[in-house]
Amino acid sequence: MSDEFEDDFPGEVKRFMFVNRKAPHGTIYALESLEVVLISAAFDQDVSLAFLDDGVFQLRKGQNANVLEMKNFAPTYRALEGYDIEKLYVERESLEERGMTTDDLVVPVEVVDRARMTALMAEQEVVMSF
Amino acid sequence: MLHTVNKSPMQTNDLASCLAHLGDGRLLLIEDGVYGAIAGTGAAKQLAAPASEGRVYVLGPDLEARGVDQSTVADGVQVVDYNGFVRLVAEHGPHQAWV
Repeated sequence: MSDEFEDDFPGEVKRFMFVNRKAPHGTIYALESLEVVLISAAFDQDVSLAFLDDGVFQLRKGQNANVLEMKNFAPTYRALEGYDIEKLYVERESLEERGMTTDDLVVPVEVVDRARMTALMAEQEVVMSF
Repeated sequence: MLHTVNKSPMQTNDLASCLAHLGDGRLLLIEDGVYGAIAGTGAAKQLAAPASEGRVYVLGPDLEARGVDQSTVADGVQVVDYNGFVRLVAEHGPHQAWV
């Protein structure tokens, strides 16, 4: 981002959280969320992603949506770090309910319990739900 | 924080998940979410605690549209109109939609 553009919005950095609660391929929500997250990276905001309920399935290893002739976007989560989006929170209870551990995920994440997730949500200035 | 739920609690786990993350926030039931406010339902039991603390609201027009009389709303759940919705956002935002 150019200095010229940044000068137009001094100090306008907000805490954004993208909350992901749906499995990846049955609906368009997960892909749309990822698209918006990538767009948000261009605006230098304080971005975090939360994965809970069926949203944890978005990060599951071994997905191949190409067999459905759909975009296989799971590898894109590994590219987020390159956009300075490094805060990925996954809820422990949601993983456990689905028989998953961090070993099943495509990307390193911070696993948090439900109470911590509640606190993280409450700290945000903008919450976008998908 | 103000949370909204717009799906029936018999259809999705949105209400249950919201309540599990409500903390000291407020909950407004809108659209099909208003079915969760009916006294005697399993959902009404789940939200009884925050409702007893005056932290649960339901949107009146969405009740009326669905034929749910306000007299059948569970104890402690407060019925608000659209102005009340705006007031809740202004006083208790940011807003998180459990969609």
